[in-house]
Amino acid sequence: MKDLFAVIMLSGIYGLLSASFFVAMDAVDVAFTEAAVGAGISTLLMLVVITMTGRKEKPTRHKPISALFVVIITGGLLIYGTLDMPYFGAADAPIHNHTSPRYINDSMQEIGIPNIVTSVLASYRAFDTFGEVVVIFTAGIGVLAMLSVARRKEDEDDEIASINDSMHQQHLVIRIVAKMLIPFILLFALYVQFHGDFGPGGGFQAGVIFAAAIILYAMLFGLATARRVINQTFIQLIAAIGVLLYGCVGLVSLMNGGNFFDYNVLSSDPIAGQHLGILIIEWGVGCTVASVMVIIFFNFAGRRQFQSLKKQTKHTESSK
Amino acid sequence: MDTVITISSGFFILVGCFLCFSGGVGLLRFPDFYTRMHAVGVTDTLGAGMILIGLMFISSDILVFAKLVMILLLTLLIGPTTSHVLAKAAYHNGLMPKALNKLKKNNDKEANSSTL
Amino acid sequence: MIVGLFNDWVVVVLMMIGLYIVIAHGNLVKKLIGLSIFQTSVFIFYISMAKVDGGTAPILADGVTQYSNPLPHVLILTAIVVGIATTALGLSLVVRIKEAYSSIEEENIQKQDNKALKQSAMEQQA
Repeated sequence: MKDLFAVIMLSGIYGLLSASFFVAMDAVDVAFTEAAVGAGISTLLMLVVITMTGRKEKPTRHKPISALFVVIITGGLLIYGTLDMPYFGAADAPIHNHTSPRYINDSMQEIGIPNIVTSVLASYRAFDTFGEVVVIFTAGIGVLAMLSVARRKEDEDDEIASINDSMHQQHLVIRIVAKMLIPFILLFALYVQFHGDFGPGGGFQAGVIFAAAIILYAMLFGLATARRVINQTFIQLIAAIGVLLYGCVGLVSLMNGGNFFDYNVLSSDPIAGQHLGILIIEWGVGCTVASVMVIIFFNFAGRRQFQSLKKQTKHTESSK
Repeated sequence: MDTVITISSGFFILVGCFLCFSGGVGLLRFPDFYTRMHAVGVTDTLGAGMILIGLMFISSDILVFAKLVMILLLTLLIGPTTSHVLAKAAYHNGLMPKALNKLKKNNDKEANSSTL
Repeated sequence: MIVGLFNDWVVVVLMMIGLYIVIAHGNLVKKLIGLSIFQTSVFIFYISMAKVDGGTAPILADGVTQYSNPLPHVLILTAIVVGIATTALGLSLVVRIKEAYSSIEEENIQKQDNKALKQSAMEQQA
């Protein structure tokens, strides 16, 4: 397929389908994340990128036989490797015997929250998750370094005025519906954030949903308006504070005489300490993920605006 | 009472299924973008709504009922909006309904034949 | 029964598709999409490993004895979000490449690079 728009739409559908596949495989938390990320944000980012880089793929001349050869050999080797794998759904497979029985049997006594995924994510493997959050933060910084452009204030004011003028001619229906929906999306994100201990949900999902609401707003009402609602400097600060909050929980538990991320010492009662630790950590994760996603989108969209502005000025100069 | 509830819920779900199915058939069989979108946009909103109403009848729990009501409101709000946006985008990008194209072609032909 | 391995085969096929797109297509955006398909195949591999016959979602409830394995869920949950963040980084690289070379086709970029190399070599000789 040479039309990249169609390719991206198909990959969005693929994301949604794999989310429903994850539900069928009992991984509700993962499905939640994949539905928000695969079908929502990644599709959007790719669409923004192809508006900048062009929609059509150039047809290639060389024959792809060598690539096919490599791929088939790799696939054949992998299939040969699967012959030693345990069968699908087998309860005695090696991965079910190592650490997970402890998570399943003892997490209620040790952590005291029903959602095992959350207790493993935020408590047993908190150090691991800390690393992931730092990776997300670093990716946000990378995008910022790569794409951020200096903005002029007057341009923004003009743009806001022009968008507000056009409000009643273009996109009227979708703007009003979005205005009705965005508060509920934000509310739902907070519900996912704080209900993550009991049902599927948690900081990662909540962050992505929160960011999706803001991105929806930015798409419909213009980037400048969205920047006025959420200041870019402020959101960069929030991203850093999320990581800092996460790390500080570890440091505080270290100072209270436990190991790094050992929440038992955060409170006199170990279970209450665990609850407190998980709550704060999920909050930090949610902050970082949401703000990094918003930063990424803002920078892509800002770059796009910058490019079109440059083209316009070039055009007017050449016509002069 | 129980039988009435079961029968009415079954009725709603069946009607919903039929509507969704006819929407699918329309999607495959109609000639151009606008008619296809019309088929899916109209029947799917109503069909999904019907299925949800049918499920509300047999929901055991007030919590489940409330969730179903929320999903119903969401579909009622989003379904028509997405169809509207799709149609608008197609129109803005210059896609014309097939029937209109045919009409135009016929007119051109007539004009040509009259000049000949 | 060897059919019990079908989940692994699905994963291998998806992986092959992703790898093929990465190798055979010159368009950088398409390469990234292929990479994300490759990534999803790994996610599906982990999640299908975690499934236990007769198990339910790993949220503790009364009257349930068999749960699916929560550990792969945790790993993949974070990997998805990290994946989108890194994909965004890749896309930003693509945008910058487009600005520098005014093309995102691998061939064109290679050609321009070769030309520049030749020129600089000639200048050195001179």
